[in-house]
Order: sequence, then C-alpha cells, then structure tokens
Amino acid sequence: MIERKREDEFVVVSNGMLGYGFREESLRDAVEAGVDLIACDAGSSDPGPYYLGTGKPFVGDAMILRDLRLLVKAGADAGVPLVIGSAGGAGGDGQVDHLLMLLGRVMEELGLDRKVAVLRSELDRGTVREAVEEGRVRLFETGAALTVEDVDAAAHIVAQIGPESYFRALAEAPDILVVGRAWDVSNIAALPLMQGRDRGLALHMGKILECGSLASRPTGGGDLILGRLRDDHFIVEPPHPDQACTEASVSAHTFYEKSDPVMLAGPGGSVDLRRTLFEQIDPRRVRVSGSAFREAERYTVKLEGARLAGHRALTVGGARDPAFIRSIDAIQEAVREKIRETQAGFIDPSQYSITFHRYGLDGVMGAWEPNRQAAHEVGILIDVVAETPEIAEAVCGLARSTILHVPFEGRRATAGNIAFPFSPAEIPAGPVYEFNIYHLMEIDEPESFGRLEWLQ
Amino acid sequence: MAAVKTLGEVAEVVRSKNAGPFIVTFDILFETEEVFEAVRAAGLLSRQAVCGLYGVSDNELLGFDFYPFARAVKFSLRRPVGSGGPRDADVYGAQQHAPLLDLAVLP
Repeated sequence: MIERKREDEFVVVSNGMLGYGFREESLRDAVEAGVDLIACDAGSSDPGPYYLGTGKPFVGDAMILRDLRLLVKAGADAGVPLVIGSAGGAGGDGQVDHLLMLLGRVMEELGLDRKVAVLRSELDRGTVREAVEEGRVRLFETGAALTVEDVDAAAHIVAQIGPESYFRALAEAPDILVVGRAWDVSNIAALPLMQGRDRGLALHMGKILECGSLASRPTGGGDLILGRLRDDHFIVEPPHPDQACTEASVSAHTFYEKSDPVMLAGPGGSVDLRRTLFEQIDPRRVRVSGSAFREAERYTVKLEGARLAGHRALTVGGARDPAFIRSIDAIQEAVREKIRETQAGFIDPSQYSITFHRYGLDGVMGAWEPNRQAAHEVGILIDVVAETPEIAEAVCGLARSTILHVPFEGRRATAGNIAFPFSPAEIPAGPVYEFNIYHLMEIDEPESFGRLEWLQ
Repeated sequence: MAAVKTLGEVAEVVRSKNAGPFIVTFDILFETEEVFEAVRAAGLLSRQAVCGLYGVSDNELLGFDFYPFARAVKFSLRRPVGSGGPRDADVYGAQQHAPLLDLAVLP
C-alpha cells in the first residue's frame, strides 16, 4: 500500500532502464497514490562504445515497446509528464529518432495524441572542435587531453546534459519529454528544480532513484522506485510490496558506479553528502536529509565520443596439455613472431592487434590477477582487431593454425596443441569501437543547451 | 583462539563496477557498524593490501577510504584499457572484485 501523495511533496516514480521490464502493478499503485512525474532512464555507457559508435540500440524493440506502452498510458492517466533520458541507449540523434518511431507506434496503438518535446544532445564535430580550440574542454578520466584529431575521428559525440537544460522544454508543459544523452539524475531532478525545490536534495534523490529498484532489497528483479521530495528531506520507497528500502540499501546505492561517494559531481557542481543522514522511518522507507549542493565555478557537461577502432575476428579453443599451459606465455610470443615473419611485406603488424584471453589463468583480470596458478585446462580466446575485416580474418586464421602447431618446451603431442570446438574456427565479429572522448566541456548557458523540437 | 576471517566471510557486499568507461570502482559494504569498525581497527584492509592484491602502485590506487555513514570501504582503479574497446576483458568491470574475497581482514 503506497501512502497518498501529500500536498507539500513532489513525488517521482522512476524506472531504471527502459525495456528491462518492471511490475505493472507497481506503476499502477504509484500512479493511484499520486505522482508528479514519471521518469525513465533509457541508456548508459556501460554496455560499451559500440552503441554510441554505430547508433544501434542495446535493448530490443519488443522490450522497449512493452515498457513504453505502460509508461505512456500511466502518464496520460495521471496527467503528469513522462521524461525519458538517454533515449535509444547512447542518446545520439539516430537513437533518439528510433525511440520516437517506437513512441509514435505506441501513441497510435493507444489512440493517444500527446504533446511531445524532444531535446537532442548530439553535438556536431565543429562545435566540439571550437570548444577544444578555445580551451573550454577539460581533461577528465581518459588521462589525455582532448585533441582536434580525436574530435574528427569520433563517429558520434554526445553531451550528458544537466537538468537546467530541460527547463525550457518543461516550461511549456509537454506530456512527454524525450532527451538525448543525459546525466541520469536530470530526468528525475529537472522538474522539481524548476519548481524551486532544494538543489542538493533533488539531485541526491535523482541519483538514488535513477537505477530503479537497485536501491531497495532484495535487488535482482528490476522494478520501479518512488521518491517523495519535501522541504528538508526526501523519502525513498519501493512500490513493490515484497521489497524494502533500508538505510544500508539506500546509502549503498549512493556509492554505486561513482568513484567519489561523498561529493557526487555533476553538471554545475556537486552534491556534498558529508552531512547526509539516512534514517529508517518504517520497515520499507528511508528518509534522507542534509545533502547540500556546492556550485562549481564553471558549468560543465560530460562529453562522450566513440571512434572506430577496427574490425574483429575471433577464435576460441582450449588447452589441456600441462606442458602447453606452463609455456603459454612463450607460445603466444612465438605465434606473434611467426605471423610477423611469414607476413613480412604483406601484412604489417601496425595493421592489427592480437589479444589472447586465457580463461583459467588470467582471462578475467589480466594484469590485475594476483593468482597466477593455472587451472588444469585453459580456454584461449584469440581476439584480432585489424584495419579491415579481411586482415582480421587472415591474421586470426594464421594465429589459429600457428598456435595449433607451434613447438614448445616439453612437447610430447606433436599433432596439435589446441582443441577447437568449431569448424570453421574463426568468427568474423564486425566493427569494434572505443571511447575516445570522455571529457568535460564548459558551457555558458545551460538553459539553452541542446536542441529543442516539438513533435506534432 | 579465533580463526582469521576473510573479507568474503565478514562483508555483506564486495563488488566492482565501471564508474564511467575508464575507471573501475570497488565497494565493500558491511552489515553492522560493529564489523565495519572491527575491520577498520584491525588495519589489514589497507591501501598497501589492495595495491599488493592488484599489483598496482600507491599512486594508481584512487580514493581508498572508510565511509562510516554507509559502513563501507571504497576505492577505484584506472582501467588498463577503456571499457569495450580493443583488448578489454570485462566491459562492465563487474568481475574484478574476486581477489578481495580472500583477503584476511580480522586477525
């Protein structure tokens, strides 16, 4: 049973990822008890750079349509806005368009004509190049300053826009606001901030709610989460009757995917949690107070860009011979050397890279693995990334045949070194992208940042 | 005499996850204040211990600290390669926590 919304509070129900599913009753119960906003994150950089680079979504249409139908209908029934951020996964223009296409289908099916605002945050290279040249782009976590060459190499560049950029769209009261790449917190915090609510509390509540029920126990099955923002605190609770928010689940979620848990940095400043209090007010709800906003000197947005790194071909095999496993480092070097030697003047080593993932030895952790004791069998994934798909497949094939027959110390089995499970052994695996931009860009007017359009 | 206790035995949560594409962040959460304080007082879960486990130098270890408000310890490491790019082995950074489980933290 969800307590009825009070006059003095701003209530948000939040879905952590569009298309990952939630319980229909949770949304219905939340809306019946009264909400001011339905917020939904639809993207992340977590699945990797491929999605930003190619513009492909990482959640299937059928799953998105299911969630979208329920959310759009709930927004219409409750008469409150639905805000969807990081549309399409990486939030590029093409991904926003794809989500709008799905949204159009849903509105048609439901027979609803909603007022839809679209706030895009993909940037053209010229804009970013200019910012680099004017010294408005700062080093962040890549370890290297952004160059004009990086900008030109990027397939797509998006900015994680902050809540202030939502204001001009929200001021015109859209039924649905679809945003390109966004700081996850913005979807939840923008509307209460525009209404003059406390910045530290609104942003902190946004951070806790942005992953849905991850801030409650038991975690696992994805569901919605609900936040009540009041004057000097907010309350977090799960709509699911079998879940509970505890001091531990909520404070721990403050830590999630953040390297600094007491200063939550975002566009425009940080939320200072040094005086934050998490209090259990009943078995299922936690009150949070004391979070304070510290304004930064300059307003910044985080840029994300991905460039094509090459084309992949891979092969998987297993080694069971103990002498082979003991010599595995030397064997890999021999394979690399043999390919360099036989392909000299034909394929240059600068045109490809070979990575050996050695499962059962250090395949998961690589250089960070402290346990160098190999298992009795080792799985070897040979990953080749090259300038062209043809080179990738050629080098992968050579690596396969070479590792199969290369001699090593103590070898007794001279017929073949590796068990390959497949014929053909090589698998072409398409283009590979890498994040080459992850920097902060200073902007002067966050309120007018992004490109706003209205659908009709 | 009490047996040595490992982090896997006394912590409620031991996890790693991307904090952006270039950093992996590690969270160790304790169920009670008592355990949290005991681990802190024992001094075995330390910057040096973590550096030893991951084979990194002290200046590569980012923000190792104890946070009483969440009964938690947190630190981060810069990834050798960006998430999901060539040569990466853990796109989500979600399986880098395991060596912590065997760390002796209570004498």
